[in-house]
Amino acid sequence: MDYTISKIVEQMPPSGIRVFFDLVLGMKDVISLGVGEPDFVSPWHIREKAIYSLEQGYTSYTSNKGTVELRKRVASFLEGRYQLSYDYNEEILITVGVSEGLDLAARAILNPGDKVLIPDPCYVSYGPVVSLASGEPVSLKTDIANGFKVTPEDIKKSYVKGTKALMLNYPCNPTGASYTKEELKALARVIQKYDLLVLSDEVYDELTYDFDHTPLASLPGMKDRVIYLNGASKAYAMTGFRIGWVCGPKKIIAAMTKIHQYTMLCASITGQMAAEEALKSGFKDVQMMKREYHRRRNYIVGALNEIGLDCHMPQGAFYVFPSIKRFKERSMDFSKNLLMKKKVALVPGVAFGPSWDTQVRISYASSYEDLKEAVARITDYLKGK
Amino acid sequence: MDDILEILSNDARVTPQEISKMTGKSVDEVKKAIKSYEKEGVIIKYKTLINRDLTNEPGSFVRALIEVSITPQKDVGFDHIAERIYSFEEVTSCYLVSGTYDLLLVVEGENIQTVSNFIASKLSPMENVRGTATHFLLKKYKEDGQVLKKKKEIKRLNISI
Repeated sequence: MDYTISKIVEQMPPSGIRVFFDLVLGMKDVISLGVGEPDFVSPWHIREKAIYSLEQGYTSYTSNKGTVELRKRVASFLEGRYQLSYDYNEEILITVGVSEGLDLAARAILNPGDKVLIPDPCYVSYGPVVSLASGEPVSLKTDIANGFKVTPEDIKKSYVKGTKALMLNYPCNPTGASYTKEELKALARVIQKYDLLVLSDEVYDELTYDFDHTPLASLPGMKDRVIYLNGASKAYAMTGFRIGWVCGPKKIIAAMTKIHQYTMLCASITGQMAAEEALKSGFKDVQMMKREYHRRRNYIVGALNEIGLDCHMPQGAFYVFPSIKRFKERSMDFSKNLLMKKKVALVPGVAFGPSWDTQVRISYASSYEDLKEAVARITDYLKGK
Repeated sequence: MDDILEILSNDARVTPQEISKMTGKSVDEVKKAIKSYEKEGVIIKYKTLINRDLTNEPGSFVRALIEVSITPQKDVGFDHIAERIYSFEEVTSCYLVSGTYDLLLVVEGENIQTVSNFIASKLSPMENVRGTATHFLLKKYKEDGQVLKKKKEIKRLNISI
């Protein structure tokens, strides 16, 4: 039997991190600051809507694009929230989370060899998604000194001929970095100058603490070049429902829909109905969770800096990306030792690329009690070094 | 609700130092705000929510909701008679409500007998009380926004990107 694996898959970076993850998953009584999802359960009215839909017998496929009701709801939500208009019929596609949306977007727009600027660090799927679509990822290195924000100068420096698109994620996983309207305007000017498409992953938009989130597509002249990606996972604590939405130019959405209909058919109807309820009546839940994350962010940044894990103040999401440089331990060793000795789990920076071996990603999507206990244990660990 | 009040309403044991870290306000500012809330009566008291069904003497406690119909008095309306009623220590809560009766009381006692005695000898004979209807509580599921059941374990994975 020939078990030869596709070359692209073979060349994808092996997830050494997987081994560490398995170690964490196999351990009991761990306090985890390594989780990339909310610690809240989806609000009851959303779960109740999902249960009700099942009771009513909604168990079928939906239109490939997603239910009309959800697409209309997404359109009116974006109009109301951001004055951003999309036609529910031709410019919106419901996906299985933002992850699928990113994959579809990359496959829809890339030809072999097309280059895509990818911020470094970024969410782990960006590079592989571009490679799988036969594109070439081009690293757009960000600087700790700029709070890990992509600057217009970074884009100018990293731009190479044949670059078709830029992937942007703000607020960012793993750094929490986000942009003010003015900063986005400056980025937009460079994006227009280089005539780039942008895959803008704004799934953490509602978790922005220091200013109002601005969708890139809402800036003048940008809507035609932005593929806007968002979903129900983070704002409404609905990760397991797997519902995302992509909004963008008709032609691109049509191409993405083509791939989606052959590979996924449609997102689950239960999830779509739950997401409809979230967008309709979830505003209060979002605000409650946001206030809670905001306080935890303030607490964790202060506490980490106090014990020597140098940490910038991130503007959004629920991550901080502090430096462990002064402890002279590589991120994987630091994470492993902390796990074995003090039973605290976090994500080693190296998971986000070799240049981040001096950092760790800490998620503050955990109860205040757990955060406090984790900080105490990390303090203990550092004292014993 | 103000940040400080929201934090304390959820957990009264959080210290001013911790609140300061969470809100970005200085410790002094937080202390001052709490003091003034206490002085103004916004913060009335700090207490512990206990599930009495799980204590060692779960049987020695009953609670009843009592609907009370009242003839209001000239000038003072319901307030005077309400005060006379809620001053009994058996009455743990007292609300003026709209609808078919006027006051809704929560009354606690050691057993059904003590609560019944209170109604028969103290409450019903009052001059302005026209009638009462008593509902003994059988089981408590949720109180003050808190579900009285042990939390289930969190089902999310311990680590994920």
